[in-house]
Amino acid sequence: MAYSNKVVDKFEKTLKDPEAASVGRWKPGDADFDKVGTGIVGAPACGDVMKLQIKCDEVDGVKKIVDAKFKTYGCGSAIASSGQLIDMLKGKTIEEAKEICNQEIVDILELPPIKIHCSVLAEEAIKKAINDFESNDEIRKHNQ
Amino acid sequence: MKPIYLDYASTTPVDPRVVEKMQDCLTFEGDFGNAGSRSHSFGWKAEELVEEARLNVANLVSCDPREIIFTSGATESDNLAIKGAAYFYKNKGKHIVTSKIEHKAVLDTCRQLEKEGFEVTYLDVDEDGSISPEIVKGALRDDTTLVSLMHINNEIGVINNIEKIGEITRDKGILFHVDAAQSAGKIPINLDGSCIDLMSFSAHKIYGPKGIGALYIRRKPRVRLQALFHGGGQERGIRAGTLPTHQIVGLGEAFKVAKQEIDSDFKKINSFKIKLYDGLKDMEEIYVNGDLENGYPGIFNLSFNYVEGESLIMALKNIAVSSGSACTSASLEPSYVLRALGRPDELAHSSIRFSFGRFTKEEDVDFTVDLVKTSVQQLREISPLWEMYLDGVDLSKIEWAS
Repeated sequence: MAYSNKVVDKFEKTLKDPEAASVGRWKPGDADFDKVGTGIVGAPACGDVMKLQIKCDEVDGVKKIVDAKFKTYGCGSAIASSGQLIDMLKGKTIEEAKEICNQEIVDILELPPIKIHCSVLAEEAIKKAINDFESNDEIRKHNQ
Repeated sequence: MKPIYLDYASTTPVDPRVVEKMQDCLTFEGDFGNAGSRSHSFGWKAEELVEEARLNVANLVSCDPREIIFTSGATESDNLAIKGAAYFYKNKGKHIVTSKIEHKAVLDTCRQLEKEGFEVTYLDVDEDGSISPEIVKGALRDDTTLVSLMHINNEIGVINNIEKIGEITRDKGILFHVDAAQSAGKIPINLDGSCIDLMSFSAHKIYGPKGIGALYIRRKPRVRLQALFHGGGQERGIRAGTLPTHQIVGLGEAFKVAKQEIDSDFKKINSFKIKLYDGLKDMEEIYVNGDLENGYPGIFNLSFNYVEGESLIMALKNIAVSSGSACTSASLEPSYVLRALGRPDELAHSSIRFSFGRFTKEEDVDFTVDLVKTSVQQLREISPLWEMYLDGVDLSKIEWAS
């Protein structure tokens, strides 16, 4: 598979310095875990699993994604797509993040047609993570 | 740096001794004649070289040179053997037996015959990938005319017991074709006194040039084939087309060198496999695909669980290897060979084939061990599946949205 240099760069940087590339996790018990939304998409049998976590907080009256972390099992372009998604997320409001479309990732990373499903997976991951955060948020408000 | 080549099962570099011989058959100063020209010395010389090559092929596998014909490669040999026998004996029966882990050259040929009204049985394999003689025996019918199986599997290196299987087919009067593309020159083959009727060979898997192969067609008892190419009547009418002297000479020389070096090549390659395995075996969650003890050591297939094969190949960028991962194939399907072994799809996605050869060096293997360990570790660090595994989550119990 001949990837663009952008995919290769993103992949290699992620491997070399995972922390700087936002690889990681928040787990139950961590401070502020109630502000985290998690989305897991894909399946091992299909060769791709993406786990995205977003941490959201109210900034100037709007809910924003203040931090994000990921882990990905998959081909080089799946790993690069997750990293790209993270770059696009940070600092966005939740409403803005909902608008993220897989084509943006395809364009930035110059993904070949056979790898477009990796970007679709990334879009699903953010939608699922937001969904998770919002339903947790509902429960939280309800309990207050 | 030039990457370390560990993909010999895919193709091999041409041995310099072979190149030298081939060069002598191309230019005006060399022996460029057409072996079919009977009227002058240019043709006679070319014919002499072709016959010498035929003898070299026959010598490696212990058969009569008249039982060898030249083709464009193992794919053509497989086509000619299977279609040629199926068509010729179609009045006797229209049933063919093969296995699920054959090379595409055999599987697609059989699929084509199915479209033409033949019936094909695709045998299951044992957990180690081998085809048990009993299963072959059980699949034979009164209308079976041909059994086609490979000697060494190209993905996992498993070696089939072709002597035993041949005894079963001979007993029933059924032809037995063996695809020996991966085995000729790597492990001993003795056709003299065997029960094998047809055998396919390739030059480029054994340090010869691409684009040339051979087919063994037994004379006693005589095996008949319907030709697929028609033309000038070369190769006793079984395979028409001007004989490519330089290619044939390359094939012959490669087989001659292989005969001389088969033992030393094997010994060296076996030590590399042991070294690689010793270096990696203490890693967590690695699986050998195939037969660790008895497989051909030049093809060594491992799965690194929780790491996807294509990403591992990207991380191993200074090493040329191949993977059974779907992401490295155009079809997005994981290896059908590993699936046939009963491996779960995720282990097929995680597989890497290491294939050593004549020009592999010990330091290449040392380098590979270190790089594989580091890369697998790095990829597991970013793998959510590895994280779940460490947390003690049973991945098979999770309902994955796919």
